Formats: sequence, structure tokens, C-alpha cells
Amino acid sequence: MSAANPPLRRLSTLLYQRPRLLLLALLAAPLTWLGVIYLGSLFSLLAQSFFYIDGFTGQIVHELSLRTYAELLSSPANWDVILRTAGMASAVTLAAAGIGFPIAYYMARYATGRVKALFYLAVMLPLWSSYLVRVYAWKLILAKEGIIGWTFEQLKLSWLLEGILAVPVIGGPSLSVSYIGMFLVFTYMWLPYMILPTQAALERVPRSLIEASGDLGAHPFETFRKVVLPLAFPGVVAGSIFTFSLTLGDYIIPYLIGSSRFFIGQVVFLQQGTAGNIPLAAAFSVVPIVIMAIYLTVAKRLGAFDAL
Amino acid sequence: MASAVRFAAVSRHFGEVRAVDQVSFEVGDGEFFAMLGPSGSGKTTCLRLIAGFEQPDHGRVWVQEQDVDGVPPYERPVNTVFQDYALFPHMSVADNVAYALMVRRVPGTERRARAEEMLELVRLKGMSARKPAQLSGGQRQRVALARALISHPRVLLLDEPLGALDLKLREQMQLELKSLQRKLGITFIYVTHDQQEALSMSDRLAVFNHGRVEQIGTPEEIYEHPATPFVAAFVGTSNLVEGADAERLIGLAGAYSIRPERIALLAPGETPPADHIKAAGAIEAVQYQGASTRYDIALEGGGRLVVVRQNAEGAGRMNGPKTGERAILAFARDAVQAMTGDGS
Repeated sequence: MSAANPPLRRLSTLLYQRPRLLLLALLAAPLTWLGVIYLGSLFSLLAQSFFYIDGFTGQIVHELSLRTYAELLSSPANWDVILRTAGMASAVTLAAAGIGFPIAYYMARYATGRVKALFYLAVMLPLWSSYLVRVYAWKLILAKEGIIGWTFEQLKLSWLLEGILAVPVIGGPSLSVSYIGMFLVFTYMWLPYMILPTQAALERVPRSLIEASGDLGAHPFETFRKVVLPLAFPGVVAGSIFTFSLTLGDYIIPYLIGSSRFFIGQVVFLQQGTAGNIPLAAAFSVVPIVIMAIYLTVAKRLGAFDAL
Repeated sequence: MASAVRFAAVSRHFGEVRAVDQVSFEVGDGEFFAMLGPSGSGKTTCLRLIAGFEQPDHGRVWVQEQDVDGVPPYERPVNTVFQDYALFPHMSVADNVAYALMVRRVPGTERRARAEEMLELVRLKGMSARKPAQLSGGQRQRVALARALISHPRVLLLDEPLGALDLKLREQMQLELKSLQRKLGITFIYVTHDQQEALSMSDRLAVFNHGRVEQIGTPEEIYEHPATPFVAAFVGTSNLVEGADAERLIGLAGAYSIRPERIALLAPGETPPADHIKAAGAIEAVQYQGASTRYDIALEGGGRLVVVRQNAEGAGRMNGPKTGERAILAFARDAVQAMTGDGS
């Protein structure tokens, strides 16, 4: 009993009488972590983007200026990188939503017991193994002599694969050095992040709503369009925030799979490493943040969060 | 009378559980029909079989004289008021109410006008722009009702529609629902576990237990002449007398039900009519219940009876027998109701 421990008992009573003190004691450490280390480092990086490199000395000039942003936006090559990355992120997000939604729907509405556990496992299992291992595995799968090429060959469909690879921009000498290959790997990598929030959102749609819609004369397709989809949309948007931002920031997949054309993550990596241009790297890393802000604003306008 | 809904030996099993077991009944057109029973007795499954959310494993269901075997919910001429109301949270009240018209491609202006009309009928004028989350429980209930009625169904199914409301509101809604049903002249099939609700609202009711129908009848028939011990006990309070107790008290073998308010507690020196059955016992407990008082009496020679007496003027109001006193009881022969079914 706490009666045997008067100081502890007094402390409990004190905390009971002053709930704010308890809240402060519990949140002080994590809030410090979040505020100082997490957000603080992010802001210090962003602050760097307002400094600039002196063209003659190569030294960083610690003086507020928009010169670095002007440099970023005035170069057509940089715009290429930004549009390429955003385009890839959009394609990956759409594909992940297209593949993820039916799986999430089945998991939430039909699967029970063992089947459901199996689905969870299948979705989560890839996340338990190393990211790099999986990317290299895909490099082998997509290689010219890889299983995809082999399968096409066995089916006497090599001409089809070659035809696809001959398409300008998205094609290439082999899948492993093409945008198609990169798109496949990105979609594979981020699919669980789309399925899980979508499934959670679908799980929260009460069965009675679906029954009510049918009861009022709506065909299943109409019920899906008018009731299920609007209510699950916030989950899809949550998932798309993951797939979109993860693609925007990744630099390993574009480095290992695909051509030598740069993505935002690679530029940030090179500018702050080899090139030593930290202000430009910082300015580049602001780009995904701005794209995400625009994306979320559009999603909100579309009513993605109305059902929350 | 044309039938609105007919069940012929309908069964619905979930694995080992016989949720509905060989149920047959017929609901007349324009009738207020209640399905009463404890939770898990199969009444809600029967409602879902009518709506088409469930398919029977055996037997047939007719709605409006039409065999609805394999007919999906969206093609049945019935609408449902759900227990949790099932309002669409992302739509306004008006869009919820007009949903059935929207899926039938009724033009927007007509839709809005008819939704307003329905909202007026359930006395929710001026609420059309709100979202369901901004309404109280009673208001949501009315929206669900308006939504189910907008396409003028011939049969309305109500699944414990008042279960989530507090007592005062529930009593008010009982009256409103009843008068609405009379005004519209359509069939109401009303699922409830509240025997008071079933007795006071319905034209006829079916008492469910373990997936079977125990008895079907008017409220008076069910209350005055319960066919089984289950019905006697579930609908109102009842004294079940059987075996040796029955032979000693009534002089007959078998099982019998006697309603507590049919037993008179005699004042000292009072004599009952000669043909009344008399008994004596000790008062074990007295429970004051406001309008009435309940006495638990241990009979001399074994057995016990519950007696309920109105706290009306006279008749020893406020000053009745006390715990521990000896009481003389009397009841008419026609208060004794023989149990015909075993009702297990």
C-alpha cells in the first residue's frame, strides 16, 4: 500500500491536484526532443538556404539573401530535376492507390481470422527486411538477364518488352536502367504505406452505412462511389502523403535503378557532399516541402478531410 | 387482407447457431407489427431477412405478395430505420434524406423540395444544411425516419429505433411513430426488446425466443393469455405455478400463469367472492414502486406469489401490510392461465 510510503503518496496527491504539472513532467522530454533536435535541425537546414556561396572563394556567406533560390529556379536543369521527381512521385502514388485500394478493401471488409492475419503479414513482411537488400533484389529482377526478361523470352514475347523499352523517356537499354523499372521499384517499396492507412479508414466505415445505402435503392457500385469512397478518401490521402513524400525524398533508388538523370534527393546528396554547396542543397530540400504543402492544400480543397 | 410480409418456415443459421429457426408468420397490409424478444432471439435477423441483408437457408419470404428469394436489398419495396441510424456522416441532413431520390436520378429541385417536405413531416424544418454530427440523438432518429420514408415504401422496418434515446424522449417518440404510421397508412415492422413498447404501440406482436416464435397475437391476447412460461415471464411480470404447487393452490395438474395485479390482498375481515381461490402466506418483502406496491409472499404449505397492488385512493393507501405480517390472498379462476406450449 502507498500508505507505507508517505513521500510517494504525497507526490501522487500533488500531481493529482495539479494535473498540469503531471502533463509537463510527462511531456517535457519528448517535446524537447521534437522541438529542439527534430524541428530545430530542420529549421537550421532551411536557414542555410537563405545563405549563399561566394563564387570566388567558395565560402558560405552568412548573410540573409534569396540568391540561392534565384540560382535554383533560374537553371532549366534544376527545373528538370524537380519536374522529373514530382512526376515520378505522382505516378507512383496513383499506382500505389490503384493497387493498394482493392487489397485494403478486401482486408477491411471480407478477410477474417487467419486470412486477415495472412494479409497483414504479406503487407508488412517486406518492411522487416533491409531496404537496400530489396532494392538490389529488384535490380536483379529487372536486369536484362533477370526473371522478367527471361519470362518474356520463354513466352516468345521479347519483342513486346523491347517495344516497351523502346518508348522514349520512360524506356532504356533494360528495365533496370529505365524509368519504368524505377517506377516499379518505388511502387513496390511504398505500397504498404498506402495499404495500411487505406485499410484503417475502410475498417472504420460502419457496415450499417453500406446496408443503408443499398436499402435506399443504391446499387453496389453507387454505394461504393457515394458512401465508401468518400469515407475512405482521407485514408487514401494519408497513404498518398507517404508514397508521395517518400518518393520525393529518396536518393538510393534513383541511384541504383534508372538512368543517370538526377532526382531531387540525389541533388541534395551531391550538393551537400561532393560539391559542398550546403545553401543550394538546403534550397533543394525546401522543394519537396513546398510541393507537399501545395498537394495537401489541393487535397483539402477536394474535400479529402471533410469526413475526418 | 393482403399481406405485407409473409414468412413460411424460414431458417437462418450462422454456423452452429440457429438465429432463426422454422419461423412462420404473416403481417397484414397497414399493420403495426412488433417483433419482441431478448437479444439474440432472432428478431433482428428476421428484419434483415425482410430487408434482404440476409438470405434464408430454408423457407420462403414474401414481401408485398412477391417471393423475394435472391432479390437484393436495393430492389425490395421496403426501407429500414437502423438501430444506430446509419446516417451518412459526410452528407448534410437534406442530402441524407434525399439519398433514395438521388440514386433514382430524381432532378435536384424536386429532390430538395421533397426532402424539405419529409423534414417538415418529422418536425425538423430548418435543419437541412446541418451535418448529422451536429444533431442530437432524437434529431438523428427523425432524420433516419425521414430518409427511410421519402420514397414512400409500403413497408417500413424499424430496428430498435428508440433504443438509444432517454425515457421521456422515447415515450414521446412512441406516440409520434404511432400517429405517423396511422397517418401514412403503411405497414410498420418494429423490432424491440422493450415489452412495454411492443404492447403499447403494436396492433399485433410476435414474441421471439431462441430463434423461434413463441406466440403471435394482439397485445391483449399476449398479456392476458400467454401461451408459454417464457411469454408469461418476458411480457410483464407473472407468477408461474406448476407441479405440486399448482395442485395444492388451484387443484389442477400442469403449469399456470397468474398476473400479480389479478391477485387481491384481503384486508382483515374481508371476504372474497365464493368462487375465488384463496391462499394464505407470510409477506417476505414489500417494494414501493410509485404507482403501485409489490408484495412477495411465501405461501403456507410451499410456493410463493408476487402480488402488485395499485397505490390508489382507499384500499389502505400508504398504510398497507408490512413485511412479516400474514396475508390472505384471493383471485378469480379466470386469472389462472394454462400454459399450452413448453416454450423452452
